[in-house]
Amino acid sequence: MAVTPIAKEIGVERRGKWGEFLLRLKESRTAWLYVAPAGIVMLFVTLFPYLFQFWMALTDYRVRNLRFNLLDSATWDKYAPPFVGLQNFVKIITSQLAIENYNFGRLLLFNVTWTVTNVFFHVALGVVIALVLNSKMLIGRRIYRALFVLPWAMPGYIVALTWRNMYDDRFGAFNQLLVVINNWLGTGLPTDTRWLRVAQPPIGGLLSFLPLAFYCVLLTNVWLGWPFMSVVATGALQAIPEELYEAASIDGASGWQQLWKITIPLIRPAMVPAIMLGTIWTFNQFNVIYFISEGGPFGRTELLITQAFKLVYEQRLYGVAAAFSIVVFLILLTFTLINNRITRATEAYYE
Amino acid sequence: MNKRLKAVLRQLALQAFLLAVTAAVLFPILWIFSLALDPRNIDKPLELRLIPPGASFEAFRKILLGPFRLLCKNPTDLSTCMTFARLLKNSLLVALGTSLLAVVLGASAAYAFSRFRFIGRQAGMLMFIVMIMLPSTATLAPLYVLLSQIKIGTDPLRLSLFGLVIAYSSGFLPFAVWNLKGYFDTVPRELEEAALIDGAGIFQTFVRIILPLSVPALAVTVLNSFMAGWTEFVLAWSFLEDPSRFTLAMALRSMQGQFATPWSEFAAMSVLMSIPIVILFFALQRYIVAGLTVGGVKG
Repeated sequence: MAVTPIAKEIGVERRGKWGEFLLRLKESRTAWLYVAPAGIVMLFVTLFPYLFQFWMALTDYRVRNLRFNLLDSATWDKYAPPFVGLQNFVKIITSQLAIENYNFGRLLLFNVTWTVTNVFFHVALGVVIALVLNSKMLIGRRIYRALFVLPWAMPGYIVALTWRNMYDDRFGAFNQLLVVINNWLGTGLPTDTRWLRVAQPPIGGLLSFLPLAFYCVLLTNVWLGWPFMSVVATGALQAIPEELYEAASIDGASGWQQLWKITIPLIRPAMVPAIMLGTIWTFNQFNVIYFISEGGPFGRTELLITQAFKLVYEQRLYGVAAAFSIVVFLILLTFTLINNRITRATEAYYE
Repeated sequence: MNKRLKAVLRQLALQAFLLAVTAAVLFPILWIFSLALDPRNIDKPLELRLIPPGASFEAFRKILLGPFRLLCKNPTDLSTCMTFARLLKNSLLVALGTSLLAVVLGASAAYAFSRFRFIGRQAGMLMFIVMIMLPSTATLAPLYVLLSQIKIGTDPLRLSLFGLVIAYSSGFLPFAVWNLKGYFDTVPRELEEAALIDGAGIFQTFVRIILPLSVPALAVTVLNSFMAGWTEFVLAWSFLEDPSRFTLAMALRSMQGQFATPWSEFAAMSVLMSIPIVILFFALQRYIVAGLTVGGVKG
């Protein structure tokens, strides 16, 4: 509305290319004014630290270099970190870091597996439950809807610490639950499983890189993540006109056919961006891993983001950590682009 | 009759499924409640019971009224310790500040991206979307250095709650801008055009037309940014030094001691901290479905 019509009224043709540019510039000013507050904050607090990070990544920045101040030339000689070029990146990718259990390939494989399985369950559960809650004549719909946002509404790290407590190997909730089940059904299920510490993978073969702790943190994160997808799916479901289903029934389509020919295609446009967002969030899901499995056993449930955090807080290797987060960002960017391709490739019904 | 039987069976199957989901959703929440009521202050209840033997609200009383012994300016003087009320005040300041800043800056930027075709629009949008992907824990070190060097009066920004507010809202802005822009795109332009013809300015149409029509998306922004400010502690823990500026989330973190965690108090505190968020969530629930416009990502 605001810009182009006005430009036309004045008559851009007479002004030539330069004049057109000036006019556009003048009109962009209003827009820039609206973007500026957010832009300036982002520039200083996000973009600038990130550029600073790029520079840090090329140096061997350690604790003593924290005294280095870009604005104070007296600190330059004394505290400037030594420039090491791409050495940090090479060390990260070739697993040469002097950290226990560090293996870049395994980290990456685990991070991708973690993201894909989580997002799959979030979407599948979210959509199924949204469908059930949307079915006709359901009793207690409002109560269920209210209850089911609880996992989303609880603060994430409180949830993580609660689950950690539930996985306690001696008297956590899960082992207690197994005791109750054994008493009721007379079964002999083990009640002393060390959920987060068992080194032996429960499923062998191709999946032997996933310890029992993985299934535990997966369960927690699925519990946390499905309500968001369910809410998005509900919004999309409510927007589907009822007449479509009526017409389909008259034409003799079964419920199953209606689901695949009407419902799924019509909620897809809303789900695709939600999946993209969910992928990013899950890829960098810090709380669940850091507080529940702590990356163990033997670093096999470590994510890239928790590893980066440990580099800063436990190893104090700021330069390496900076390089690491750039690597994480690039991987996430690639992963999102690929993911976006795949989910959009099947998007025939969009508009 | 057959049709009715079928309907009843269907209802029963759906209810069974939903009850199973309810049980799974409530199990961890009931667990933390039960820990909070347990007077023995242990992390290892010996049996699975909703209400533990000798259940009491003692832990809640301690949290609400007692001093936090780990958060004192002077460890020998209990009156210098933080109390729940003072922590709550800081938390509210941070959370409200974050959501206010996020909603004002976010809506303003989203308005420009939605309604103007200006120079740098594409680049700007791209920048905001890419920034959703920046791992926030990763910019900690440079942010620490940066905020240490900006001074307001004699204090570096890093040590103030305002510094936290800026850091949190900037972390949340990319998503806010993206989501709000998506919603603004769905508001029909005819209304604004009519207002412009009637002589309203651009700012007026924004405040009087776009914002009132976008309440759901604004509610989602407020909710999420409030939640971010309310629960964040990693940044706060590494930036703040003076205990009198600490927040509830930090106090909760401090209870996770290296030796003994006071589990009942920890659980009670968790419950108390979750309540405002859950209430806010329920209050705004009718907006959430409409306000998450993750679908609105057209150019």
